Amino acid sequence: MSTGLVPDPVARQPWTVILPLLALVTFGATVLYSAAGGSLRPWALTHFLRFFVFLAMAIVISRVRKDTFKQLAYPIYGLTVLLLVLVELIGGIGGGSQRWLNLGFMTLQPSELMKPVIVLVLARFYDDLPPSMTASWRALVPAAALLVLPAGLVMIQPDLGTGLAISFGAVVVVFLAGVPLWWFIAAGTAALVAAPVAFFTLLHDYQRQRVFVFLDPAADPLGTGYHILQSTIAIGSGGLVGKGFGNGSQSHLDYLPEAHTDFVFATMAEEWGMLGGLFVIGTFAWVLGWGWRVALSAPDRFAQLLAGGMVFTMFFYVCINLMMVMGLAPVVGIPLPFMSHGGSSMMTNMICVGTIMAVANWSRSGTGTLA
Amino acid sequence: MWPFGRRERARQTMGRHISTGTLANSFDRRAVVIGSVQGGIGLLLAARMGYIALFQNERYKTLAESNRVNLSLIPPRRGWILDRHGTPLATNRTDFRVDLVPERLVDPERTVSELGSLLKLSPVQLQDLSDKIKRSRGFQPVEVAAKLDFDTFSAISVRLPEMPGVIPQRGYLRYYPTGPAVAHLIGYVGPASAEDYEVDRNPLLITPGYKVGKDGLEKEFETTLRGVPGARRTEVTATGRVVRDLSMREDVPGNPIRLTIDGQLQDYAARRIGLESAAVVVIDCQTGGILALVSMPAFDPNSFVGGIGRLQWKMLNEDDHIPLLNKALRGLYPPGSTMKPMATLALQQHGVDPAERVSCPGGYRLGSRFFRCDAVHGSVDMRQAIEHSCNTYFWSMAHRVGYDAIAPVARLLGLGQEFDLPGTRQRYGTIPDAAWKMRRYKQEWTAADSLNASIGQGYVSVSPLQLAVMTARIASGRTLNPSLIHGRPQPLGPALPFTPEQFAVTHDGMFGVVNGRGTAVASKLAVPGVQMAGKTGTAQVRALVSRGHVGDWKSRDHSLFIGYAPTDAPRYAVSVVVEHGTFGARAAAPIARDVLTFLFDPGRAWDTLLAMEKTWGGTPTERMEARYRAYVAKVGTGAPSVGDDEAVAQAITEADNTEAPVENVGTTPDTVREEPPQTDPRDANPRPATTPEARPRAAAGAEPAAVAEPVTAPKGGQP
Repeated sequence: MSTGLVPDPVARQPWTVILPLLALVTFGATVLYSAAGGSLRPWALTHFLRFFVFLAMAIVISRVRKDTFKQLAYPIYGLTVLLLVLVELIGGIGGGSQRWLNLGFMTLQPSELMKPVIVLVLARFYDDLPPSMTASWRALVPAAALLVLPAGLVMIQPDLGTGLAISFGAVVVVFLAGVPLWWFIAAGTAALVAAPVAFFTLLHDYQRQRVFVFLDPAADPLGTGYHILQSTIAIGSGGLVGKGFGNGSQSHLDYLPEAHTDFVFATMAEEWGMLGGLFVIGTFAWVLGWGWRVALSAPDRFAQLLAGGMVFTMFFYVCINLMMVMGLAPVVGIPLPFMSHGGSSMMTNMICVGTIMAVANWSRSGTGTLA
Repeated sequence: MWPFGRRERARQTMGRHISTGTLANSFDRRAVVIGSVQGGIGLLLAARMGYIALFQNERYKTLAESNRVNLSLIPPRRGWILDRHGTPLATNRTDFRVDLVPERLVDPERTVSELGSLLKLSPVQLQDLSDKIKRSRGFQPVEVAAKLDFDTFSAISVRLPEMPGVIPQRGYLRYYPTGPAVAHLIGYVGPASAEDYEVDRNPLLITPGYKVGKDGLEKEFETTLRGVPGARRTEVTATGRVVRDLSMREDVPGNPIRLTIDGQLQDYAARRIGLESAAVVVIDCQTGGILALVSMPAFDPNSFVGGIGRLQWKMLNEDDHIPLLNKALRGLYPPGSTMKPMATLALQQHGVDPAERVSCPGGYRLGSRFFRCDAVHGSVDMRQAIEHSCNTYFWSMAHRVGYDAIAPVARLLGLGQEFDLPGTRQRYGTIPDAAWKMRRYKQEWTAADSLNASIGQGYVSVSPLQLAVMTARIASGRTLNPSLIHGRPQPLGPALPFTPEQFAVTHDGMFGVVNGRGTAVASKLAVPGVQMAGKTGTAQVRALVSRGHVGDWKSRDHSLFIGYAPTDAPRYAVSVVVEHGTFGARAAAPIARDVLTFLFDPGRAWDTLLAMEKTWGGTPTERMEARYRAYVAKVGTGAPSVGDDEAVAQAITEADNTEAPVENVGTTPDTVREEPPQTDPRDANPRPATTPEARPRAAAGAEPAAVAEPVTAPKGGQP
């Protein structure tokens, strides 16, 4: 692989993905710099530094051998579920919902961690499942159990967005695992029937409200529709080339809520316009496309499912966040990977990237792996 | 539909074993499907972004601008109201103020209590504030406080982000330098009502600090005084904090209006009234311009500017001196003997020789009834009849020429008439005649009615303004019409049908009242070379009550005086009505004297007034403030809330009607009397109300002079 010009360990890194990610993170830091009123603090600098910390973590993950992944799948899953229970207990004692654990150097949301972990554990499960059983109930029931436990814990936090992200990630792995298609059709039909019932019985009032507001944001422009409306205004007023760096009135004058986290795309689009938006969407398409190429050329079933699931987990973030800021989805608290300020989502996405990088390494006949 | 699905199912139905290979194939196909869906979503997102950022760019740009830029109107400075010399009667003061918009409050109770502690509002003020919030329609700004010092203003401004809906601003506040003195003349301003806004959706009307005229000239000349609002474009954050000013258009102040009023005279007259309930009108005998139009006590229009407080309102309504009534225009009083100069013109017109003498035996017999005069005047001619106010003379002469000869002259001179004065609501009273009585009471006109009417009692009722106009017309000999706007005198009416000689007789009589041996000699002007002519009047409030100069305030007679000066070339005509002031000579004449003195020798007049004000407890404004403080201490927050504009207007109308002297007296119109002649000027007391027992009666020689004979004729007083 070495060209001789650069040292082998450097040349060996998958620069086709690291460079686009670096561009995205740099762009994100630029936006955060502007959102802070032209200051590296409090967001831009930590955003940038975090990326390198988690990039190092991803590179470490990429050196882990496949067997180690397989061995650790169930223990990690068990540990993460334990953390979820712990969070639930702490929240119960503290008298209110709590989603995170304070680790000192960062706050950890176990529910974030669960997104890649559910992919890992299901990939392991379907790898173990004899191909002949793929069409039987044994292909589905244990997988459903593995999903329902953590997803249920997350949803009662309550954190609908993360719960859905975990579920979608799991469902996509099941789908990729080759279980009969008509199950999905039947489940989809059942969901269509059950959704209205669940909507009116299971959801919290504020969650229902968000959906109503999404359907008609103008009905309450100063209330809960405010987020969607202001975000759309920010993107729409940016035009083709934007208002220019540091000139976004929507974010600088506090009209845009969560301008540095969930709505960072709107902050960006206001100042960089349609061109900035296409760059972000294009970069994500490149990164996800790389992920699919890795998945398709993966050496075995476990690696395929693992890579495919990780790609989808990342995609889910991007998709829901962009749909939300553009007024195509209700407001759910899902940040934009590599752009939004926030440690947990950066960590999750770098775990996904690291895992895909690991799969890419396995494809290259397992040279120089750790463990 | 799904080719790959059909194939899979086909494979299962064919019983083919699912192998690792088939699963790998399936993975590839399904990955491509998911990847395609993802790519589709990516395209959808890009398209969506293109749609809102490119196609709807203009719309969202506008929305972003309207977020960013706050266009706030600057209420225009109201035009000044000036007196004839250009001295302001109503101006604008720069002012730091705080308003709130109830609709925008997030937590009204917390915000109000926080404002209360920041502004150090008293419980009474807090109560008034929550009243105003309750009354407003949400979108209307409510004044929290005005006239703030800069430190308090800054303290509010700093806390602004925690108090959405609170608007501190620097603006202008209507200011009336002489306060209560101009209250009834000029009216007052206040925030536009919700009804106003519903009729005219002008955003200016709900701009904090914007005021409209609510009464009097302020209301009448609203369009002249209003001006054009300025505008300020500021960049604001979502919480309403102003980041910077973008641009600003100055307001165009309203146009001033200039009145015929002499501001200093107006103020002087108002203060000179002192503790009395009275009206003073001064008219320029050359133009008809009104120099002073005073009704006291009054409210302080400065304190109405931010809305009327509960206690203030209760106090004004409870006051038996009716401060809400403009007595100069809407107070109606029997003119009493102030009718007599007018009557002499009517008598002369109908052929009565001024030199003819009538013997006054102390009364006049009409059939079986005896109408008492105040004294035994002996033989009097027309001039002496005015000078001594001899009723007997006027009764006998009126009986001769008939009352029908007098009433038209009364109307000709302005009594019972309404005048074209902007911004005023006048009541025109009654100059009765047979047709009127039939219409009003379905009764025949009697000879007794004629006698009563001829000396200004019975059914007759006039306003102080009418008395002043009458005096000006008698003094000038011209049909002057009163005017209020400077430089726009009202045209003269048709010439008066009296000869200069006839006027001279009347003038002589009025001269004698003050300068001869008449009823008001105590009120001579002390200005060298200037003399005043006049006529006193004492109008009975109630029939057959006890004597009109003692007893409770409400039953006492009204005290009236009309006069003009200088006598040789009349320049100023004045009328004074002091409600329940007892004799004309005692209460009204000294006020007229001092008011006219002010016009010729202000220094002397001020000396007189300032000495009096020391015993009254200060200027009217100071006294009102002291009373209000005492009232607050007494009533606290227990007063009922004030109604809306309509209710306030209603209450003021009711104040008009509480005083109905005409009907009270008119129904038993057989009691007439006149004040005793004042032979000793030193007895005249300038402060009658406070020393009611100081009545100079020794010379009258007729102790029960005030009481007329009973109606029942047979027992009626046979001399």
